[in-house]
Amino acid sequence: MKKEDSAPTLAARRAFLAKLGGAATCAGAALGAATLGVVPRAAAKPEVTPDAASFPTKDYDWTKHQWGFGVDATKCIGCLRCVEACKRENDVPANAHQFRTWVERYVHVEGDAQVHIDSQQDPVNIEASGSEKTFRFANRYKDAKVDKAFFVPKLCNHCTHPACVQVCPTGATYRTKDGVVLIDETYCIGCRYCVQACPYGARYFNEEKGVADKCTWCYHRITKGLQPACVEVCPVGARMFGDQNDKQSRISLFIRNSRVQVLRPESGNAPNVFYVGIDKEVN
Amino acid sequence: MEPIIQFAPYTGWVYPNETVFEWSVLIAVYPYLTGLVAGAFTVSSLYQVFGFQRLKPVAHMALLTSLSFMIFVPTPLLLHLGHPERAFNSTITPHLTSAMAMFGFFASFYVALLILEGWFAYRPFIVEQAQKRTDLLGRFYRLLTLGSYDVSEHAMRYDRKWIFALAVIGIPAAHGLHGYVGFMYGSLKSREWWSSDLMPVIFLFSAIISGVSLLAVLYVATCKMRKVPVDLGCLKGLAYTIWAFIMVALVLEGLEFANIVYKGREGVDMIMQYVTGPLLIPYFILQFAVGAITPFLWLSYMIWRGTTGKALVIGVTVCACLVLFSVFMMRWNVVIGGQEISKTGKGLLSYHLPLFGKEGALVAILLTMAPLGLLYVLTRLFPPWSDAATHAHS
Repeated sequence: MKKEDSAPTLAARRAFLAKLGGAATCAGAALGAATLGVVPRAAAKPEVTPDAASFPTKDYDWTKHQWGFGVDATKCIGCLRCVEACKRENDVPANAHQFRTWVERYVHVEGDAQVHIDSQQDPVNIEASGSEKTFRFANRYKDAKVDKAFFVPKLCNHCTHPACVQVCPTGATYRTKDGVVLIDETYCIGCRYCVQACPYGARYFNEEKGVADKCTWCYHRITKGLQPACVEVCPVGARMFGDQNDKQSRISLFIRNSRVQVLRPESGNAPNVFYVGIDKEVN
Repeated sequence: MEPIIQFAPYTGWVYPNETVFEWSVLIAVYPYLTGLVAGAFTVSSLYQVFGFQRLKPVAHMALLTSLSFMIFVPTPLLLHLGHPERAFNSTITPHLTSAMAMFGFFASFYVALLILEGWFAYRPFIVEQAQKRTDLLGRFYRLLTLGSYDVSEHAMRYDRKWIFALAVIGIPAAHGLHGYVGFMYGSLKSREWWSSDLMPVIFLFSAIISGVSLLAVLYVATCKMRKVPVDLGCLKGLAYTIWAFIMVALVLEGLEFANIVYKGREGVDMIMQYVTGPLLIPYFILQFAVGAITPFLWLSYMIWRGTTGKALVIGVTVCACLVLFSVFMMRWNVVIGGQEISKTGKGLLSYHLPLFGKEGALVAILLTMAPLGLLYVLTRLFPPWSDAATHAHS
């Protein structure tokens, strides 16, 4: 009796195992397909792993570039076209208090030990421009005897060891493979710790979006082979941008052929904006 | 309509983006609350771990105070965030190099510890109420017993072991939590006013004096409200604790300031201009002279003269209020003061505290007072008074 019963049971078991095997094969195939990239492509998050060869677009490989920015302060004429272009290009709030880039003016007046420093946001300059959307430097030193004066364009330094990235509690701000410090607007919680941590004052808080914001070197442009907006509009070539991996690029030549310096080197942030022609007061 | 951004007036040279104050009064309230938590817990530990018997009347109150304030600690932060709904991003995907990322873990751990310690401490009371009451509240206490009605001497011994262990773990947890808040400022190299190795310890000692002072005030107030005499021994114990720790706090703050001045790094001129100008009253007068040195001298006098009775009660209460005020001013002077000195080291800004709005004075006062409301509710549910059944453990 026992033996008779066991035969069909065994057959049933075999059939069940065969089905299970089939199912396992199907699952394996599905897994294999997933490994080959069928599923991941469908389920991929907008950002890919830093090792991926092409980011952020199909034609751009962020492992092949190392961007750098140069400022030749001796050329800057303080026209502030860069500031206006940046505001428009990057939808920076139209006010005189939040900037992704700005220009500082240093003026040594005869008989005055203190250097006079201002920027486009200074109320006197805003009054001269007549608006918080267009900018100009007021001619406030026309009656003074000026010993020395120069302009210094400023922007995010896209540091190699950025303090802002270090302190970000969520990792919403990060450094890309090609050397640009970016902010994920969809992940930033708006704590503003990064704004406090940046020694250069390069970050601001966008109240409307509820997130931190700063210069991206126009990442949307440079990854398409264009120049950042501020570089593009500079009429005197005071701002330059390029790939440090390319030894013949403008930035590589600028760094190689000049005695460049960076701002606040003692911070250990290792900035990637290189300056020529700035004075001891500039920080 | 109120403009969404408040621009700060300034003198000298400041970076354009600095003209908006990013950390408001709420960020000063946050370390103030964590400090009170750590300080109140210190009192509980002095009794539970170090056997300071004279602090027994406030030991349970200390636990409840710590818990009430801890629950409100995240509120100023949440109100300040640009995207509070994303707050858990820092806990789900913590960025491990960030001093801020661990906050969620530390805070949750500490709240859990406080609840657990509180549960053990109040177990005899909970069991008693669960057996005595038949109303809805009785059901609440029955739920809280977690099915354990054993209050035998054996069980009590076991509970006491847990209380002791939790109190021991709680000491580094509470002080770590607050020292860590100090580190959040001290580790920033962008501001000379914050960037100091002493910052975590300064925060810690000011926290201890603020928490102990809060308990002194609460103890006297609750005694008056309950119309029971103040245990002068206990009050004296609290006074000694404040007196001892205030000395350390003063020395540390003095050292910190001396370091800045003596090292005289770039930007020190602006700091000196600041502390002798806009910060003269909030820093030297309110925080130090009125809030720290006055109570220190007064307490010293009372200890020296052996003051007792009503004079002691009034003296300690006033001193404790002054210390509470001083520590708030310390938080203010660090958080707001740090931002009033420009990162350029060549200019000063001035913060305007709005009365209304999400980050206004009223909200700040409300958030500081709200834990007291919760504490009131908790004392109704779990009376911390030493004459109640809660002290079966002692």
